[in-house]
Amino acid sequence: MILAWIILLLMGTGFLAWLTSRWSDILPRIISLAGTLLFLGVVLYLWFTHSASAVPSGNAAAGAWIIHYTHSWIPAFGIHIILAADGLSLLMLLLTAFLGVLSVLVSWKEIKTRVGFFHFNLLFILAGITGVFVSLDLFLFYFSWEVMLIPMYFLISIWGYENRTYAAGKFFLFTQASGLLMFLSILGLYFVHGRSTGVYTFDYEALKGTVLSQPTAFLLMLGFAAAFLVKLSTVPFHSWLPDAHTQAPTAGSVLLAGLLLKTGAYGIIRFVLPLFPQASQQFAPAAMILGVISILYGAKLAYAQTDLKRLVAYISVSHMGFILLGIYAFNQIAMQGVIMQMVAHAISTGGLFIIVGALHARIQTREIGQMGGLWTQVPKMGAMGLLFVLASLGLPGLGNFIAEILILTGSFMASKILTIIAAVGFIAATLYSLRIMQKVFYGTVLKKWEITDFGFREMIVMGSLAIVIIWLGLFPNSILNATQQMVQGIVQQVNITVNGPQNANTLQNASR
Amino acid sequence: MSELLWLIVALPFAGSLVLALAGKSLPRLAAAMIGVGSVTLSAILMLFVCLDFLHANPAGTPVHQMLWQWINVSGFSPAIAFHLDSVSLTFVFVITFIGALIHLYSAAFMWKEDGFARFFSYMNLFIGFMLLLVLADNFLLLYMGWEGVGLCSYLLIGFWYKDPGNGYAARKAFTVTRVGDTAMVIGLFILFTNYHTLNIQDILQAAPHTWAPGSTIAIITAYLLLGGAIGKSAQVPLQTWLPDAMAAPSPVSALIHAATMVTAGVYLIARTHVLFELAPIVQTTVAIIGAVTLIVAGMSALYQHDIKKVLAYSTISQIGYMFVALGVGAWSAALFHFMIHAFFKSLLFLGAGSVIAVLNNEHNMFKMGGLWKKMPVVFWTFLIGACALSALPLITAGFYSKDEIIWQAYASDKGSIVLWLTGLAGAFITALYTFRMVFLTFFGNAKAEPTYRPGVAMTLPLVVLAFLSFAGGFIQLPDNMGHVTLFSQFIQHTLPTTVTTASGHAAEWIAQVIAAIVSIAGLALAYRIYYNKPFPAAEPVRNPIQRFFFQGWDFDLVYDKVIVQPIVFFSRIDKNDIIDQFYTGLASIAGLFNKGLAATQNGKLRWYAMALGIGAVITLTILLYA
Repeated sequence: MILAWIILLLMGTGFLAWLTSRWSDILPRIISLAGTLLFLGVVLYLWFTHSASAVPSGNAAAGAWIIHYTHSWIPAFGIHIILAADGLSLLMLLLTAFLGVLSVLVSWKEIKTRVGFFHFNLLFILAGITGVFVSLDLFLFYFSWEVMLIPMYFLISIWGYENRTYAAGKFFLFTQASGLLMFLSILGLYFVHGRSTGVYTFDYEALKGTVLSQPTAFLLMLGFAAAFLVKLSTVPFHSWLPDAHTQAPTAGSVLLAGLLLKTGAYGIIRFVLPLFPQASQQFAPAAMILGVISILYGAKLAYAQTDLKRLVAYISVSHMGFILLGIYAFNQIAMQGVIMQMVAHAISTGGLFIIVGALHARIQTREIGQMGGLWTQVPKMGAMGLLFVLASLGLPGLGNFIAEILILTGSFMASKILTIIAAVGFIAATLYSLRIMQKVFYGTVLKKWEITDFGFREMIVMGSLAIVIIWLGLFPNSILNATQQMVQGIVQQVNITVNGPQNANTLQNASR
Repeated sequence: MSELLWLIVALPFAGSLVLALAGKSLPRLAAAMIGVGSVTLSAILMLFVCLDFLHANPAGTPVHQMLWQWINVSGFSPAIAFHLDSVSLTFVFVITFIGALIHLYSAAFMWKEDGFARFFSYMNLFIGFMLLLVLADNFLLLYMGWEGVGLCSYLLIGFWYKDPGNGYAARKAFTVTRVGDTAMVIGLFILFTNYHTLNIQDILQAAPHTWAPGSTIAIITAYLLLGGAIGKSAQVPLQTWLPDAMAAPSPVSALIHAATMVTAGVYLIARTHVLFELAPIVQTTVAIIGAVTLIVAGMSALYQHDIKKVLAYSTISQIGYMFVALGVGAWSAALFHFMIHAFFKSLLFLGAGSVIAVLNNEHNMFKMGGLWKKMPVVFWTFLIGACALSALPLITAGFYSKDEIIWQAYASDKGSIVLWLTGLAGAFITALYTFRMVFLTFFGNAKAEPTYRPGVAMTLPLVVLAFLSFAGGFIQLPDNMGHVTLFSQFIQHTLPTTVTTASGHAAEWIAQVIAAIVSIAGLALAYRIYYNKPFPAAEPVRNPIQRFFFQGWDFDLVYDKVIVQPIVFFSRIDKNDIIDQFYTGLASIAGLFNKGLAATQNGKLRWYAMALGIGAVITLTILLYA
């Protein structure tokens, strides 16, 4: 029930923020901040009470849910409200709440028009994302998927930068088209399951056991994968991302990079692998190759950009490539790395986007050619920039390194060649990351700007991000332990379903 | 005391953190106290730990200290844990002790600079990461130190960030070493896949039972680790970043680019010696790389005008000697030369830094001269360092350390006459360029006046290092001269003894005499060419051969053409992402259809009637004839 309450809390806060904007601009901000802080508090409470007990022994696949809530919605079609959370969901909720608070804070000065409606959209995005992370009914999942899409469209098209309409439209078309493919797959699965068992339901646990012929399974799997790969901005479906990120207001970019991209990874882990283990195995080589291409092509494009925000956007493409590579390696080490990457990338890229946003607010440009030598004037901003740039190039001691080293160690066991090519991404990351520092903060002063350094509110935001990214780098176990159970379950399931009979056969053959 | 090991590492990190957070608001003196103090405390603690280690356990049993479990994922479980044995202790000694001296020097050297606290924050961070590197008990933690020191090197090379040239040098250093690091990381993947652990000692123990000597996988792994080592230690073909790294303030060059970080490759190979012994061909490669590097860099040093560039190439060349030693299995000789080299090379860099500072940032030796009377302390200490670098016989520490390498290059079971001759040629070149530097800088007629005299904070480290450059050699004397083996015995707790085939004192005597003659000959030649000769201060016109050596054998030129330019070109041609063009193309096509169809809806009745008529005709035609 608590999961339903937090979604309602977010929606309620959104409405309240919109209503109060009739009286003042500050009220919606305060209400949203209070709402997201409360959200964070509840999730933290859940995290600390449940993450320790998240390790019940034995079979992980069933009964591993820490919190589980079912309520009938449209019984005629077998649609229920099923909300559940395991270690992964809780972690994602924690990330959502943390970034939610930060995105309210970074919008404090940046958003000056239609403040109430802005916060309404912001909180509905958060509610949609929360729904995505806890829904176990496929219909409800698709519903949440759409809920987070539409307010994001408004966020970009109303409060975005100069080319916002184009970017918002592109974002909407890409996600909507791929989302429809997923919806077709959901319906396909619904009917196949209904025909074979007589029970028509969207319940995830029930659908998990559906017996599918191989071609059907592969086709349905592709429908899901389409939606998730587009969200994950995998090359060649990435091209909505640079536009959307660049044009969105800072809070929008933070949520896009930090959470919306992660719903793609979450979707693959939660739905694609357990629902279609065999088809996923078939798809794995292609997915890993796409992952490696994304890593390198994203890095290459990042290196070429002169718009700072666009540069940071392409970094996401590259980092999401690691996620795809890791998921389809099908072992615990890589999968844990993926989860770490989901968190670490959200923090590091979020930090970079906030810095870009702060710079843009001060000098009204994102063009690298207009910057240079800014360290003298804004040393705090420079130091923070340095930290997050280093995180994004994978410096040990910071979160992204743990993620990338786990992913690559795991994927090395699955494919040596692809991992070696992916490791070249480390060098590419060095090139684009150091370029940021050089062009923005070091070097000669190209244009004399009179700007102020980070203020108190901004330092709270950046400081908390900095602490988290260092914490992740030094004490990653605090997160890895919480998801260990769930990861083990998924990986076992994929490998047993596929290799189990085969292994048994080979054993029999060997004994003969 | 050994249980305080973690504090040696933690102190510099803490110092760095405090300076980074509060540096702006601290007065200069407080920042200096924190910066210098943290490392000095580390050095003092190190002395206690050192005594404890030597006293309490004469057998040299390693000390292990576990702080916390870092990562733990289905068997992938590196910890934050330290492993202290005689090899790491040697490194810890050099890092903290020389580190403290250089920090003291820096406090005076950087006093007037902007970003004083930032400088010490980076320097402390460096010491912390370097200690992590040499104390790590597993490869992942070692890698953390490895990348961390690379980061600090980047930050300090680019310390004067307003000059884009410094930024370029900094990025070059980081990127080139990262190429090597990536090779090393792939090596770590192989190690983990095969041994299911990254603990260094466990792998070293298991390796001989798992991999056959000379097996392909052992060779590949050793080559990958070697990749990391040559990147960090600036060996051919990844040496090109070090001369550019001289953009850093001189104390940084002394600490990072002479004494400690650049020898990390030596540490790595010595640490993983078992893996290299399993791959004899790779070990031979190490010796060959060392031999090639020591000649390549030595020749380039001969043609430099910038005093720091001479020292930079000299460092590359001296690490080449260490690689030769590693390659022939003279493990303790390599580490001995590492230590002695750290003494005299940081001394030379600090001396050169003083000269540069008092001459208003003048780097060109041809614009110096006659300084020996005006800066006596700097001159005399610099001279001692130069003698040690040239390995002048009997009185210098450099003689004992380098002579051992040259001797082992011949006498070891993996040695050869070619390596020995290369070592000798290198020794000649070394003496020549060293005394070319001394004569040009300190003798002849003065071309510039010192603006001030270095204070005690700058000269004290010089004197201490000069003493060590002179006396440090006496803890390890050759078999035929006193046969003191304090250092090699200490190292042999951890590393195997060198297997020598050639034996007999007669051969060793002859070899030593030849080596001594060679270095004195180099000195004499430098005296003839450069002593008290009136050289013009202007940049000379160089003929193509001179330019070739001056530019470090044109490695940069080749890399620029073959690697850098293609990358830049490739990134430029596709800046707007060809894949996006596909989608925008789709959108434009849809737009065209839109326009075309919209044009038919023009509201003109004639037009509609005609369209209706034509449509009817076409439909009827199809119906009738199909």
